[in-house]
Amino acid sequence: MAECSGIDSNPSSHTMDKSITLPPDEIFRNLENAKRFAIDIGTWELKTFGIIAASDKLYEISVQEEVTARLHFIKFENAYIETCLDFIKDHLVNTETKVIKATGGGAHKFKELIERKLGLKVDKEDEMTCLIKGCNFVLKNIPHEAFVYAKHADSEFRFQTTNPDIFPYLLVNIGSGVSIVKVEAEDKFERIGGSSIGGGTFWGLGALLTKTKRFDELLQLASKGQHTNVDMLVKDIYGGSYGCLGLTGDLIASSFGKSATADKEFSKEDMAKSLLHMISNDIGQLACLYAKLHNLSRVYFGGFFIRGHPVTMHTITYSINFFTKGEVQALFLRHEGYLGAIGAFLKGAEEDNPNQYSWGENYAGSSGLMSVSPDMNPMQRARSGTFDMLEMDRLERQLVNLPLLQDPSSYIPDTVDLTEDALAREYWLYCFEEALDGVVKRAVASQPDMLEAALRAEKFRQKYRHKLQTLRHQPFAYGSLTVRSLLDTREHCLNEFNFPDPYSKIKQRENDVALKYYQKAVKSLEELSWEERQFALVRGVLAGNVFDWGAKAVSDVLESDPEFGFEEAKRQLEDNSGVDIILGVMPFVRELLSRGTEVVLASNSGPALNDVTNGELQILTERIAAMDPVIQAGLRDDRLMLVQSGSSSPCLDLSRLDKVLAMVVRERQTDLVIIEGMGRAIHTNYYAMLSCESLKMAVIKNSWLADRLGGKLFSVVFKYEVPAGKPSQDCETSTPS
Amino acid sequence: VGVKCNIAFPWFGMDIGGTLVKLVYFEPKDITAEEEQEEVENLKSIRRYLTSNTAYGKTGIRDVHLQLQDLTLCGRTGNLHFIRFPTHDLPAFLQMGRNKHFSSLHTTLCATGGGAYKFESDFRTMADLQLHKLDELDCLIRGVLYIDSVVSSGPSECYYFENPTEPDRCVQKPYTLENPYPLLLVNIGSGVSILAVYSENNYKRVTGTSLGGGTFLGLCCLLTGCSTFEEALEMASLGESTRVDKLVRDIYGGDYERFGLPGWAVASSFGNMMSKEKRESVSKEDLARATLVTITNNIGSITRMCALNENIERVVFVGNFLRVNTLSMKLLAYAMDYWSKGQLKALFLRHEGYFGAVGALLELLHPS
Repeated sequence: MAECSGIDSNPSSHTMDKSITLPPDEIFRNLENAKRFAIDIGTWELKTFGIIAASDKLYEISVQEEVTARLHFIKFENAYIETCLDFIKDHLVNTETKVIKATGGGAHKFKELIERKLGLKVDKEDEMTCLIKGCNFVLKNIPHEAFVYAKHADSEFRFQTTNPDIFPYLLVNIGSGVSIVKVEAEDKFERIGGSSIGGGTFWGLGALLTKTKRFDELLQLASKGQHTNVDMLVKDIYGGSYGCLGLTGDLIASSFGKSATADKEFSKEDMAKSLLHMISNDIGQLACLYAKLHNLSRVYFGGFFIRGHPVTMHTITYSINFFTKGEVQALFLRHEGYLGAIGAFLKGAEEDNPNQYSWGENYAGSSGLMSVSPDMNPMQRARSGTFDMLEMDRLERQLVNLPLLQDPSSYIPDTVDLTEDALAREYWLYCFEEALDGVVKRAVASQPDMLEAALRAEKFRQKYRHKLQTLRHQPFAYGSLTVRSLLDTREHCLNEFNFPDPYSKIKQRENDVALKYYQKAVKSLEELSWEERQFALVRGVLAGNVFDWGAKAVSDVLESDPEFGFEEAKRQLEDNSGVDIILGVMPFVRELLSRGTEVVLASNSGPALNDVTNGELQILTERIAAMDPVIQAGLRDDRLMLVQSGSSSPCLDLSRLDKVLAMVVRERQTDLVIIEGMGRAIHTNYYAMLSCESLKMAVIKNSWLADRLGGKLFSVVFKYEVPAGKPSQDCETSTPS
Repeated sequence: VGVKCNIAFPWFGMDIGGTLVKLVYFEPKDITAEEEQEEVENLKSIRRYLTSNTAYGKTGIRDVHLQLQDLTLCGRTGNLHFIRFPTHDLPAFLQMGRNKHFSSLHTTLCATGGGAYKFESDFRTMADLQLHKLDELDCLIRGVLYIDSVVSSGPSECYYFENPTEPDRCVQKPYTLENPYPLLLVNIGSGVSILAVYSENNYKRVTGTSLGGGTFLGLCCLLTGCSTFEEALEMASLGESTRVDKLVRDIYGGDYERFGLPGWAVASSFGNMMSKEKRESVSKEDLARATLVTITNNIGSITRMCALNENIERVVFVGNFLRVNTLSMKLLAYAMDYWSKGQLKALFLRHEGYFGAVGALLELLHPS
């Protein structure tokens, strides 16, 4: 009913050595700067998980002097709590905090220990409040947080697209008992019901019936059993189905009904399975009744009964499908186990207004979702059950939907879901692994004055390679696997080892060169006829797009021949005149401005590959304006605006854009959106439907992808779309450049 | 009902459930001398056998206290008898029917419940009897409405518990089911069906649950080694469920005020059994009691949600799970009253498990 407890999912942990050593490289990096703490400790009677949350201000980037706040969560078995507290004490140098927020059933038992070890005052917070706060937080800030579980599908997990409007929803927390909570707004929630038949019933009754003590073992028993030996089915009563009510013969008429009539022994497995069905069906039924009464369609399940266990996720899903005839889907959360700790932390950080920022999951520092496949090596599950981490970066701005999305709730940024497409997954994982050497080289080269750069780059290599290996086995670890998530993971890993912007020097050099050519390019464009000029402008944008050092095919060409430097490359492709932003985009912008069009130029907030950042673009545009009166006038009259996108990725998620950009788009009544480049227009947004005209343009710089799309390497995608209902021809061309 | 019909005796209605077979038998008391003479020996022998015994074989039982005297049915006056036996003894029953040449009297027998379908061929091959199969929910509703309308003397058919939330003052009181619609009808047999009834011919099955009487008995058998419903109930009456269940106060030390949960409420059924020490310290009686409380409360809470969703305030509980089971009835009465803040009324009927069989009998006499 009301208790929320944690469990120990490791069957062999009671024999484990409790004096483990924590890997300081991974756990609580930058702990000395930690500002705040919170802890969520499971119930006292059982071995449970505790989760400590801490926030710190992270690395200082030499150039930008930028300071990022990051949230660290570490989940560990309660058996290790002393070790963890000691570790924190030893590394904690200068915190101003005097208080640690604590929640969970075990909080009061460890209160004294925590206060003694850390010298902090323990401040207890209501469990349910923390749970809901945490739930709101992950739903709002982590894309692909929620998923539908489908046992027999190709990919067990079907992640849900982020809907910025998360309320109202129902949270069914299955601890020892069940709490059903209706959440209507950030601070408005109500426990509308519950049930005493929950995880404790499964465990307690299961232990009595099967003499099996541990929760995990009971679940294992259940997954091997046949409930039909113990339950009385409709067909046991009717001999077949009860046709006129549509009750199929396999439906359970009476749980444990056969054990009342038959005088025989029942196997542990069968009884455990019957019990699991009984409890899951009952919870599912009640959840549906409450959802119906309160007219809610989003129902999330959590609590230790669920916590990543495939068996319970399957039975709950089945039950919800049955009782709602598929109208309501059971939803689960990737970070379900962290909710209490996140909530407690947020409670303590209220003065910092954490909710006014957007946050992003850091793929480098987070463990990801465990494989739940029963075939998975149990040791692997056990080990990762010991420590599990989640890190969240605070983004300096709030992220919102692009107001021009036709249907925000169905918008999916990514073009291919690699979780479902095994062939594509295979290819891209291979591709990123192949490219790793080059990335490491580039990283080292970007910091020639730092002696330990090579060492750090090597650590980066190991980390990213390990991530790729994990993703090969568990593609669902961080939500749907996509080219975007692979790119982002690489960026996060680079950041982790202080390579925040390996391309910064190249970009500078590239820009300086391009700036020299700018006036010449503009002049030659002006000499063309209107029609010729339009073609030339588009070619310019596309050609600039080719110069993307991240793309494998291009870097292969460029790096295979050390003499084949940038200058040469450019000269070879000279008729394409220009490099991405300066020689491609700017002349295009200039043309638009000249015909009286207002232009909002959006660029990344943070560095990613060699993409121009908003900061860099500001400087570049100033320099161009100094030599080009058209650009100058545009800036002066506010007809050319430079706005940051809020993204630090080579790809683009139109549902997570800087609030300011969204505001500008709305105020200026934008009627054409141009998305350029492979990352933003092909890997993402290829199928994005906008409510205004849109133009997606890119050069396919990957032969595998070109094959897939039915074209050749360096083919051009030029996709002009008009929303339904607006007159115009829809033309989509793909021609070799 | 008053119109005479030409249906030949004997008059039976049968409900073959997952656990029990329920049989109602109309014994005519207005047999004329002429009729008596014409009556075949087989018929007499069946009547004598049924009315002179209260137990049949090892497991058949006639619920004498439920017998309805001087009932006028289809123009005939007589007594209505209520008989039950376990479904697994159906072969013995069929054998008896064969021995008594039952098939020579009748060509069809009205039967409802899942067993009417499952055992149809057995009736034919073993006893040469043709079953007239009837829908169990149709029969149930017909039976409830009929019995409630004909019982006028003796203990009231329908009753409720006054002061359900005060154990010392909680007493059974008669209730008049005039103008009964809409009502929620909860039939607790091996499993549970919940029906919303708007008129005699207008009803729907709202939902059901597999956690029913069969679950109570099944779990009790596994947990305590008992073998009958009566035994399980007897044990439950002696046990203490709070040793097995984890209560709100076990977790919060008292009420969980933030959510208005009283300390005595069960937070986790069997929750204390997660601990080895507590598993070793509970008695079989405690376990039986906890099983009863768990199943009963769960039915109560699903019922309450259905009542809210269907916007119905009166709930009638029937089914053989409630037979001699005052514990569960009082728990249901309490739960309905407490969690609905007095909005919902739990009603019970004396002939709790026999309505399906009565409905089948009525179908024989007045085909709908």
